[in-house]
Amino acid sequence: MSVRRLAAVQPDSFAFKPETAKQVRSWIANYPPGKQQSAVIPLLWLVQKQEGWVSEPAIRTVAETLGMPVIRVLEVATFYTMFMLEPVGSHALVQVCGTTPCMLRGSEALMAVCKRKIGPKDHLSKDGKFYWQEVECMGACSNAPMAAINDAYYEDLTPESLEALLADFAAGKPPKPGSAIGRQNAAPEGGPTTLTDPALYDGSRAGKITIPNLPTKESA
Amino acid sequence: MPGLLADKDRIFTNLYGLHDWGLEGAKRRGAWNGTADILAQTPEWICDQIKASGLRGRGGAGFATGLKWTFMPKQESERPHYLVVNADESEPGACKDREILRNDPHLLIEGCMIACRAMRARTAYIYVRGEYVLERERLTAAIKQAYAAKLVGPGAIHGWDCDIRVHHGGGAYICGDETALMESLEGKKGQPRLKPPFPAGAGVWGCPTTINNVETIAVVGTILRRGADWFAGFGTEKSTGVKLFAASGHVNKPCVVEDAVGIPVKQLIEEHFGGVRGGWGNLKAVIPGGISVRMIPASECEEAVMTYEDLAGRGSGLGTGTMIVMDKDADLVKAIARASYFYKHESCGQCTPCREGTGWMWRVMERMVTGEAEMSEIDLLLDVASQVEGHTICGLGDAAAWPIQGLFRHFRHEVEERITQYRSRKGVYAGAAVAAE
Repeated sequence: MSVRRLAAVQPDSFAFKPETAKQVRSWIANYPPGKQQSAVIPLLWLVQKQEGWVSEPAIRTVAETLGMPVIRVLEVATFYTMFMLEPVGSHALVQVCGTTPCMLRGSEALMAVCKRKIGPKDHLSKDGKFYWQEVECMGACSNAPMAAINDAYYEDLTPESLEALLADFAAGKPPKPGSAIGRQNAAPEGGPTTLTDPALYDGSRAGKITIPNLPTKESA
Repeated sequence: MPGLLADKDRIFTNLYGLHDWGLEGAKRRGAWNGTADILAQTPEWICDQIKASGLRGRGGAGFATGLKWTFMPKQESERPHYLVVNADESEPGACKDREILRNDPHLLIEGCMIACRAMRARTAYIYVRGEYVLERERLTAAIKQAYAAKLVGPGAIHGWDCDIRVHHGGGAYICGDETALMESLEGKKGQPRLKPPFPAGAGVWGCPTTINNVETIAVVGTILRRGADWFAGFGTEKSTGVKLFAASGHVNKPCVVEDAVGIPVKQLIEEHFGGVRGGWGNLKAVIPGGISVRMIPASECEEAVMTYEDLAGRGSGLGTGTMIVMDKDADLVKAIARASYFYKHESCGQCTPCREGTGWMWRVMERMVTGEAEMSEIDLLLDVASQVEGHTICGLGDAAAWPIQGLFRHFRHEVEERITQYRSRKGVYAGAAVAAE
């Protein structure tokens, strides 16, 4: 478990913007009638997308929207570590994966870059543009080491390429997500060695087929 | 041809995203072909075929999928049945479901329809981990295409009315446990439930529910299209089929790849992952199935094969089939200490042995890394690990204990040397270290 508390300084109020409110309604409709509580994580996520973080008034608003006790929403907001409970950088929230597979491939060097360029972890940078933290496995282990920056994955990083990424974010030019060494997603470096048979892609698999082992009329 | 499998037998033909992920592209590669004939069959026929294929859950536990589906009630009632697809991929090492979600989403959607038919479910929820934002958007777009083409939803052209909906989490590893996932889907903290009642009796919102991994569901369509015997023809009697494998850590070309279950560990590493950094002789240990299984040392990697039974016989497990490779430069103790931190961070806090034990084990492991620990603490640590293991509601307690047990089973002498060296540097002093709090 990790200790997570609400920020000491909170805004006075929170309201969903009209475009967010539309998404709120569609999330609630995603669940059976009366089960609108299920939308609490998606709604808190919408809050975070709108404001950058989840504030105490926002938690109250979500509780009101879903007809939940405030404490239940507070529980959810503090349990799930994806919710940022204090303001984050205006330009980038950098989440460096530090779990074993990334560690084995050099995530500690990436965190050293963050420390040098942004400051101590879990703190807003002096200029307010950046915030960085170490997170647990992000599920991109074959592309380790990686960092998630503002929801997008930046993979196969080196200290140099991370530094270049941070410079791009600082300049307000978010770089293209994906592999920093030009790999095709999770294919091996240098190009795939499997899935090279052109017959897979020539449309021959879309022709009429008979499903095998179907029950015969007698046995049916 | 690298590996055991020919391209024609691969299920995920767009694994690397080189081709169109959309409906047209997927159909061209064979998805949604013959689905109408499959959905016209009885649920019993579908379950029997999946049983005959030998498909086992790909999320780590390896439970027989066809059998699991038959646990659902045989009649529809006022309590609707639900299929929930577990796309909360957070196991360190595992990165295979992500490729399905973003590159072959239609295989998953088609599989959902078939699985729903097999379990008489009218709604499927796909629970995607919160951090997979782009993957979730891709999946949502693919589902929209399927609705527009009337492949999914009320009045679907294949004759089985079924909705597929996407849900997302908030970054909690524990929600990969099926009962925690259901709690999370209900809008609560992800704390696992006691079983019984089992999900097939009372699952999400108290209704009959079955939870399957993304890969398990996504292979179903192709299995039925090509026949259970085709799938059962790969691997061994107890571990059949084809599967996604992945590597991370000290290999030259880490990647995700599909191959036959039963491929030798050495062949997998050498032919698909570009070999161990510095050559095969530089290999130290492999964690074959995601960090939650025990490691196997290099000496055993010569003969080990990627099947449930072979790896279980070595005290490890196939898990998710996603291996972490460590060469001789790797600090194994540190790697496992970092894993212990992961479990400490991800424990939900519900059961005392896990909540207190994971933190305790991590703190002791950190002192093992530097060598500050007392020699007697090794046995103490193993004792605590065995007391956490099996004494918690869900498997996270077990998963936290296994990597530590694996380390000491094969590399205890290294930790002992480290402690001895630390002491010879600092001068001998007995009883100086305070037992971890």
